[in-house]
Amino acid sequence: MAAIRVAVPSTARKGEVIQIKTLVSHPMDNGFMLDFGGRFIPRWIINRFELEYNGEIVFSADWHLSISTNPYLIFYTVATETGQLDFKWYDDNGDIYTHTAKIIVT
Amino acid sequence: MIKTLWIVFAAFGGFTALAFSETSSAHAQGKELSRFIVEDRISGYVFLGEQVRALQDDDFQNPGMFAVDRGRALWNTVDGEAGKSCASCHGDAAETMAGVAARYPKFDANRGGIINLELRINEQRKTHMMAPPLEYESQDLLALTTYIANLSRGIPLGVNIEGEAAPFFEQGKKFFFKRRGQLDLACNQCHDDLDGMMLRGDKMSQGQINGFPFYRLIWNSVGSTHRMFQWCNTSMRAEPFTYGSEEYLNLELYVAWRGRGLLVESPAVRR
Repeated sequence: MAAIRVAVPSTARKGEVIQIKTLVSHPMDNGFMLDFGGRFIPRWIINRFELEYNGEIVFSADWHLSISTNPYLIFYTVATETGQLDFKWYDDNGDIYTHTAKIIVT
Repeated sequence: MIKTLWIVFAAFGGFTALAFSETSSAHAQGKELSRFIVEDRISGYVFLGEQVRALQDDDFQNPGMFAVDRGRALWNTVDGEAGKSCASCHGDAAETMAGVAARYPKFDANRGGIINLELRINEQRKTHMMAPPLEYESQDLLALTTYIANLSRGIPLGVNIEGEAAPFFEQGKKFFFKRRGQLDLACNQCHDDLDGMMLRGDKMSQGQINGFPFYRLIWNSVGSTHRMFQWCNTSMRAEPFTYGSEEYLNLELYVAWRGRGLLVESPAVRR
């Protein structure tokens, strides 16, 4: 259900530090908010993010409460070899949202 | 006790102001606000803080662009008994729909009144796709509207208020100047007379709709003009009208004319 937006440079030189931007649409309800009927909206967040670069985790983050709606993440990694980037977001409800990007390293 | 509280508030206010000015200077460089102003008409963008402006300017970060993506997908999705999608008749929306949103709302002879983009989409779904109407303010209808409005980005608002639209325009204008609700306020008392002044923690805007459908931060979602009208009416403790009601359609026409010449920004980001 979550819409995903990812920006990865399509090509990079070997050893270059590349910037990766991700944005995922998610309500990130923290469990403390009330709805219009005065009932608590149950906690519903993405609790973990992972990036695998050719099968190896190069970046991961455990997310807790207070991460905003539609989490926006920028981070950096080193371009080592041509291959595939697998993004994974782990939802509280057990869903895993995935996105794949390719990068060519010269 | 009250005095101490004020001091704490003042100190905190000063601190945030400092923090804001530091981050804003980089973004403000070379930033031209004049394209958001036409004569005395000012887009809501001008009343925003630098952070919210930055959110709107960057299509990657702009949360309203999710609705645009979804709308693009819906545009090409077949629905209804006729087995058609929007694209079956209209083709590539990037060509056929550019500038359309800037001319809405407009007079429609079949309705015998004003029609806006949302109702037009549903009407076309009914007559040509034979598909059930999308619920007003549903994610799907918002997505389609946002997508179409986004294709008019940068085009000045220019609705037609002449001819058959004129009486409806007059009614919308009357609505705008009529006091209502327990607070006994008319739209113009804030949006004409007090724009740029502080309303509690926020700056009063002119109430221009050139960025609609917009992403509203306090809603955490995209919203239509009529949802905003309802919100405004409720805030002045007046009974809101329903989505797609004649009153709001007429008002929408007046407000669109009131912002004539302002460039379409959809999806704008507002507080």
